[in-house]
Amino acid sequence: MKAFSRLLERLYYEHSTLGKTRLLLDYLRTTPDPDRGYAVAIIADNLSLPNFKRGMVLELIRSRVDPQLLSLSHDYVGELSETVAHLWPGKTEGDLPALHEVVEALRHTPKAQLPDYVAGLLDRMTSPERWALLKIGTGSLRIGVSARQLKQVLAQYGDQPVERIETIWHGVDPPYEDLFAWLEGRAEAPAVHEKLTFTPVMLAHPLEAKDYGLIVPETYAAEWKYDGIRVQVVHSSVGRALFTRTGDDISGSFPDVLEHLNFHAVLDGELLVQRGEEMGSFNDLQQRLGRKSPSAKHMADYPAAIMAYDVLMLEGEDVRPQPYTARRALLQAALDNYQPGGIRLSPDLPYADFAQLETLRGSVDNASVIEGLMLKRRDSAYVAGRPTGPWYKWKINPKLVDAVLMYAQRGSGKRSSFYSDFTFGLWSGNQLLPIGKAYFGFTDAELKELDKWVRHNTLNTFGPVREVKKELVFEVAFDAVQRSTRHKSGYALRFPRISRIRWDKPAPEADHLPVLEALLATGEGK
Amino acid sequence: MTHPRDWIEVRKEGVWCKPGDFYIDPMQPVHAAVVTHGHADHARAGHDHVFATPETLAIMRSRYGEAHFTEAEHPMPYGQALEINGVRVSLHPAGHILGSAQARLEYEGSSIVFSGDYKRRADPTCVPFEPVPCDVFVTEATFALPVFRHPPLEAEIARLLTSLTQFPDRCHLVGAYALGKCQSIICALRAAGYQETIYLHGAMVRLCELYQTLGIDLGPVAVVTPDNAKTLAGTIVLCPPSALKDRWSRRLPEVLTVAASGWMRIRARAKQKGVELPLVISDHADWDELLQTLTDVGAPEIWVTHGRDDALVYQATQMGFTAQALHLLGYEDDSE
Ligand SMILES: [Zn+2]
Ligand SMILES: [Zn+2]
Repeated sequence: MKAFSRLLERLYYEHSTLGKTRLLLDYLRTTPDPDRGYAVAIIADNLSLPNFKRGMVLELIRSRVDPQLLSLSHDYVGELSETVAHLWPGKTEGDLPALHEVVEALRHTPKAQLPDYVAGLLDRMTSPERWALLKIGTGSLRIGVSARQLKQVLAQYGDQPVERIETIWHGVDPPYEDLFAWLEGRAEAPAVHEKLTFTPVMLAHPLEAKDYGLIVPETYAAEWKYDGIRVQVVHSSVGRALFTRTGDDISGSFPDVLEHLNFHAVLDGELLVQRGEEMGSFNDLQQRLGRKSPSAKHMADYPAAIMAYDVLMLEGEDVRPQPYTARRALLQAALDNYQPGGIRLSPDLPYADFAQLETLRGSVDNASVIEGLMLKRRDSAYVAGRPTGPWYKWKINPKLVDAVLMYAQRGSGKRSSFYSDFTFGLWSGNQLLPIGKAYFGFTDAELKELDKWVRHNTLNTFGPVREVKKELVFEVAFDAVQRSTRHKSGYALRFPRISRIRWDKPAPEADHLPVLEALLATGEGK
Repeated sequence: MTHPRDWIEVRKEGVWCKPGDFYIDPMQPVHAAVVTHGHADHARAGHDHVFATPETLAIMRSRYGEAHFTEAEHPMPYGQALEINGVRVSLHPAGHILGSAQARLEYEGSSIVFSGDYKRRADPTCVPFEPVPCDVFVTEATFALPVFRHPPLEAEIARLLTSLTQFPDRCHLVGAYALGKCQSIICALRAAGYQETIYLHGAMVRLCELYQTLGIDLGPVAVVTPDNAKTLAGTIVLCPPSALKDRWSRRLPEVLTVAASGWMRIRARAKQKGVELPLVISDHADWDELLQTLTDVGAPEIWVTHGRDDALVYQATQMGFTAQALHLLGYEDDSE
């Protein structure tokens, strides 16, 4: 447990991918089984500890710390796990059980006894160790290591291609002793054919001007490119599963999608929200992504569907070596035959020449769920990775900028007690010029976090408006940009909305004003 | 018998002792100043008369020049009392940095102690804090929240040395306050057995030399120069916190950013500053030490100055003291 806490501590602050990789490799080399396997499971968020609740942690600390001091502290630190880690009374640091013992105890201790077990550990820990334990328990590490990066580290550790790791990943379970035995050359690769596994997907290159000449209807078929989630739906004799394109299992969030696939196959497609004929926005899909086990009502409000564009396995047969046109024909036939609700074939877009494709691309509405075109060689096999030539993606010009928060204002109605109305700007030299204002469109939890940030980072207060430190970056999406004489920046955005809070991005790395000029130019030239 | 509230006043220049007509750590040049320690937010140049420990006076001369005063220096060794216009003044160790002192004032039978900045844990670069009996104890509150509990210095130094073995190709650049923090880190590294040359940003050299002439052994230290900068992979370099992200640091190879401060306990704060290895090392008392000190000093009345006064006033009241916040402006609670 001590070694794992030290690892988390270093990963949390290390910002280079290379540095993180080195820390992880060192840890894997020096940590015995089964500890390292549980560490991997925790970092990959593959460990479920249903009895460990935030409420339990709150109750533990409330019974130990004066409420006034707790609230002053929580308000100052901002995050519960860290507040509790620092506040926990007592300084009797001692030996700790190994990580696997802790994990097993957290899994198997009956709910009623869990608080005592956790308190007993916290009593013996340093503040960083307490933080690690609480983070393991509540499952939101935020140490900046993605599942994908973790697989790359494992690949590097065993000197194997990352695709091999991805294939095997879903056939192995924590603490992955069989996986490590293989990576260290002590055993064969774990047998995973009996399990539901992820097949590495085929990826496209962006279409560049130099490639335009290649695109002729005899060679390349065209489809829409959707702004949903690329997924792989699997149904075999063993069961059903839904994976993201990097192989993360998201079956739990989409039981309705698993229901749709009523024949044995591995399909490649786009996960979208779809109500009858109408396709929902990416925002609708966001509503589904957050929920681990959605209610029936939630699934009815945001029905998930698959726009299928390829088939990898069909009724036990690997069809990846067949050409694209043949796979499409097989998929079409299977869909006609089984008539699955909620799965349809991404339509083929006939075109006579490249100019027609350009018109098609230009016709895409920015606010729709289509974000461009896919161009696929008719004779190409399905190959894992990103081979050059068979698949191109040709996106409409993305209208996104990373802007810096400058002012915050209280919202209205239900949100009147929160700062929810934000003015943001882009760099011009070393000053920021405001480019727009938007309401916040996210969850209540994020709103609260943001509100707290504003209150802690206020420079000046002008009535309901606060000027904040120029340190927080928003990814702002918008439909179009126009010139404006009313704004000092010289631009106005049409329908700006905050698409993401970039807690991770330093403000100096936000965009500069000329980026709008570029977006303006392509818009006008269209 | 009087009460200190009758003869102590907060004025725009700082805390003023009315009968003695002198100030404690004034922010502007005054006729007579009692200076608790050499940090810039407590010791300013240009007073007519300066009363301070010999070490603090040496620090002031080193920072502001031989003529930092206009009339006279009055060296006051720890524990030796002096009368200033009928007020009995004495200085006592505060354990904060070399020469740091608490100022005890006694007038017509009542007494008050200004602690200045202080800490309670052992530091080889200064004399440990001494509780001094008094009627009113004035305490700082820089880290007065129960989330601030500084880990042992040795543990933080061990983390730095571990990182150095794990990343031997990276220059470990440690941001630390030039006066006090820098030298106590060097001493702690030596105590942990680190024998190598420790490199210094130019702004730290003079104070380190001063410490050495005052008898604090720092071992081999050298200044970073344009010539040697490139060769400092795998070494420890100390610089003021402001230089961490400075153009200056770019000449060093593969910098691993380390910061040593009590604030480093708060994750978001460390991360926001781009610190990769935050070391919780402080010259100030943490929450437990603040409360311990109130008990050790035993003064019935507590005045709280710069920092988180709300939590400390609340807790001191809970503990049975009469407590109030003394709102002083100008002292940087961030200066660590
Ligand atoms: Zn100080
Ligand atoms: Zn101070």
